[in-house]
Amino acid sequence: MNAQQRTSTYNFAYLDEQTKRMIRRAILKAIAIPGYQVPFASREMPMPYGWGTGGVQVTAAILGPNDVLKVIDQGADDTTNAVSIRKFFERVAGIATTTKTSHATIIQTRHRIPEVPLTAGQVLVYQVPNPEPLRFLEPRETETRKMHALEEYGLMHVKLYEDIARNGHIATTYAYPVKIEGRYVMDPSPTPKFDNPKMHMSDALQLFGAGREKRIYALPPHTQVVSLDFEDHPFEVQRFDKPCALCGAEQVYLDEVILDDRGNRMFVCSDTDHCESRRAKGYRGELGGAQ
Amino acid sequence: MYVAVKGGEAAIDNAHRLLADRRRGDRDVPALTLDQIAEQLALGVDRVMSEGSLYDRRLAALAIKQARGDLIEAIFLLRAYRTTLPRFGYSEPVDTGAMLVERRISACYKDLPGGQLLGPTFDYTHRLLDEVLDGDPAVDVGLQRTDAQEPATHIADILGAEGLIEEDAPAAASEPGDINQTPMEFPLSRATRLQALSRGDEGFLLALGYSTQRGYARSHPFAGEIRIGEVDVELFVPELGFAVPVGRVQLTECQMVNQFKGSAKVPPQFTRGYGLVFGQSERKAMAVALCDRALRAEELGEEVVAPPQDQEFVISHCDNVQATGFVEHLKLPHYVDFQAELGLVRNMRAEHEAMSGSEAREAAE
Amino acid sequence: MNIAAPQASALQDDSIEQPLLSVRSLTRYYGTRIGCADISFDIWPGEVLAIVGESGSGKTTLLNCISTRLPPTSGTVSYSMRDGVLHDLFKLREADRRFLLRTDWGFVHQNPADGLRMAASAGANVGERLMAVGDRHYGHIRETAIDWLDRVEIDAGRIDDQPRAFSGGMRQRLQIARNLVTAPRLVFMDEPTGGLDVSVQARLLDLLRGLVNDLGLAVIIVTHDLAVARLLSHRMIVMKDGRVVEQGLTDRLLDDPQAPYTQLLVSSILQG
Repeated sequence: MNAQQRTSTYNFAYLDEQTKRMIRRAILKAIAIPGYQVPFASREMPMPYGWGTGGVQVTAAILGPNDVLKVIDQGADDTTNAVSIRKFFERVAGIATTTKTSHATIIQTRHRIPEVPLTAGQVLVYQVPNPEPLRFLEPRETETRKMHALEEYGLMHVKLYEDIARNGHIATTYAYPVKIEGRYVMDPSPTPKFDNPKMHMSDALQLFGAGREKRIYALPPHTQVVSLDFEDHPFEVQRFDKPCALCGAEQVYLDEVILDDRGNRMFVCSDTDHCESRRAKGYRGELGGAQ
Repeated sequence: MYVAVKGGEAAIDNAHRLLADRRRGDRDVPALTLDQIAEQLALGVDRVMSEGSLYDRRLAALAIKQARGDLIEAIFLLRAYRTTLPRFGYSEPVDTGAMLVERRISACYKDLPGGQLLGPTFDYTHRLLDEVLDGDPAVDVGLQRTDAQEPATHIADILGAEGLIEEDAPAAASEPGDINQTPMEFPLSRATRLQALSRGDEGFLLALGYSTQRGYARSHPFAGEIRIGEVDVELFVPELGFAVPVGRVQLTECQMVNQFKGSAKVPPQFTRGYGLVFGQSERKAMAVALCDRALRAEELGEEVVAPPQDQEFVISHCDNVQATGFVEHLKLPHYVDFQAELGLVRNMRAEHEAMSGSEAREAAE
Repeated sequence: MNIAAPQASALQDDSIEQPLLSVRSLTRYYGTRIGCADISFDIWPGEVLAIVGESGSGKTTLLNCISTRLPPTSGTVSYSMRDGVLHDLFKLREADRRFLLRTDWGFVHQNPADGLRMAASAGANVGERLMAVGDRHYGHIRETAIDWLDRVEIDAGRIDDQPRAFSGGMRQRLQIARNLVTAPRLVFMDEPTGGLDVSVQARLLDLLRGLVNDLGLAVIIVTHDLAVARLLSHRMIVMKDGRVVEQGLTDRLLDDPQAPYTQLLVSSILQG
């Protein structure tokens, strides 16, 4: 953790207070109606749309001077975009940052949920490219909003039915749609479906920001999140044949790392903090080397 | 190796350093000044102000310099700056009828009150590269009118006097929307659409407008009037009880005149397409006017058959800051999702092999 | 008490003798032009009603108003919901209307592409309504789809093919299966044999007649073809210029047309 000197030309956390209030109102509404996409007047941010502007706006709106921020992309703290967003908040808010999941009060993420269960008081902020789970079945916003309002979700199951008919199983591997408290169908953002069960009844507050599409949605702590499926084809998460090659962890999501051009590869934890913590405690995988 | 991208704080810093170096280019060549950009690349500056939605020539010039001449990047810089500015209030509607016109033409009439003023246009130039501009030749000063400007009545008002063109929609009872302050919800009002179009991407709107001329949602346009010039911007100050001028901006306004068959309620008359943009951006203003008219299809009871008439299609995709961000986000790592797809493809291939293997056995039996 | 008892049973009889759908003074204008004007009729459970007329007579406007796809200018359409109560359809919430449309009602379009998901498989097309009302068992949905494909004479082997790969007649039969899978009580049909070859038409009509009889469906069918009306319907409404010129039992109306326009229509068919 290290607190930074903040750039004083901009307001704390970049956005002006008026804008933050507007975003906080949208967040409160989203928390009150779990899974419902609340439109908000998304602002241009100094990073491009599609690179986390929704998550950044949500984080900027809820960030306080005593918060400790962690930013991950693909589960890792050291991927380029995670580095860039972390630096941004260090610069415009001067807050402390960390790579330790357990030390963070706010975690902004793209594409992953940390392996260690989050705790009460933590906030997970997701960057969302396409908030509308029905978008690729129905391109029209006016129609999809009506479908949500009237709970017309038959089409969603048509897609899953077609998956099974064609492949023998549901072929959606990420951005796997979920139903919230038996009401709204929600896009969990492009996290692998491996992470879906972590959303269910989480102790942490989960906030979703889509900047380009101008939507915020939320899961308050202890919210029921059910992945859509059929009774005779229940939802399943990915399984990996081997444990992490570095720390030996099982039942975690692994990245495939190509070692050479002769087809050699290893599988390592996608959650870099989880992997490092385990190795610090002495756990080793087959390629983890000696302590 | 791709994992080298991880642990990349130093790599990012180095990339930024190299970018700054490339931006400056050969140090023996003098650095561009913002004045040079604002004065000599003025139409680029105008486009950046218009699509960056911020009227400030110096900042737009700075953005162009910083963006190495990439105008969409410059627009993005200006927008990201603009979003941090507090909002003091809304100006009074500008009066383009009282514009100090530098250019004003109509394709509908040979001559009209106020005259046809060609102004600084490329229209009648031969597009021959002028080698002389390789140096810094002396350039004559433009001629100035000596008499006072004759009032240039809007052509719509001339047609309107005869009832031949639809009247300007009465100012909405409520304030027009503000696309910066409120989330867009379809269907949008015309005022809201025009705001979005005004800062929409010139190339995208040009292509859409062009497609309406080629028969997709054809609306038989005439360039009723195009005018470029400066107007006063006034702000109503409650403490004073009246509006005070806060400055002048240069605008380009285009009024298209389009055919309309009429309906049970309305006799046949001309309809309008409207475009208003910052600076001298004639092509853009015309494209906006064509798109505006096409987007009124539903209001005018016309069949919606082509993309330019579809407001969700046009407005959701016309912002180049949004578009470039999302297209370019494909460069971000996606390996977690790719891993999920990789696993699925491997499973499916294994199943496929197992199945074709058993079919081969059956065939052999 | 003794006096009240027969009244109560009479009331009960009334509710049994209640029409399924009741149309009163239904009028629809397009600007100043009349789409259809002052139409009133009832349809009873299991009854097939044909609305005939030439193109422009207002029959499709009428069908669209009754099926709530188009709001009328004035007049009412009431429907006897499964609770046995007649509800004014245009006073229902949109959610309830849409629910009705995908459960208790069917709508067979002239062009199957308007009623099918052309990019989804035949099985998904039939199964969609089941899933929309909460069926979450893949095996059951698939079995039901196979059963329905069989009933409309589509080879079960085509269950995973998209309707794009089907002939016009097959598409129309698929659209019928998709509508009937939730056992609706009322089906609207707009020229269901319209775009088909004569031989294909005959087969489809045969199939429709069988299904309507077996399932006891009430049907409101719009057609310009008196032969279709004769084959399928119990009762007919003849329309011209947006108004009803004659209505009555199909046999009576075709054998003994009263209105001059109906006489002209019937004679032109017989001579043709």
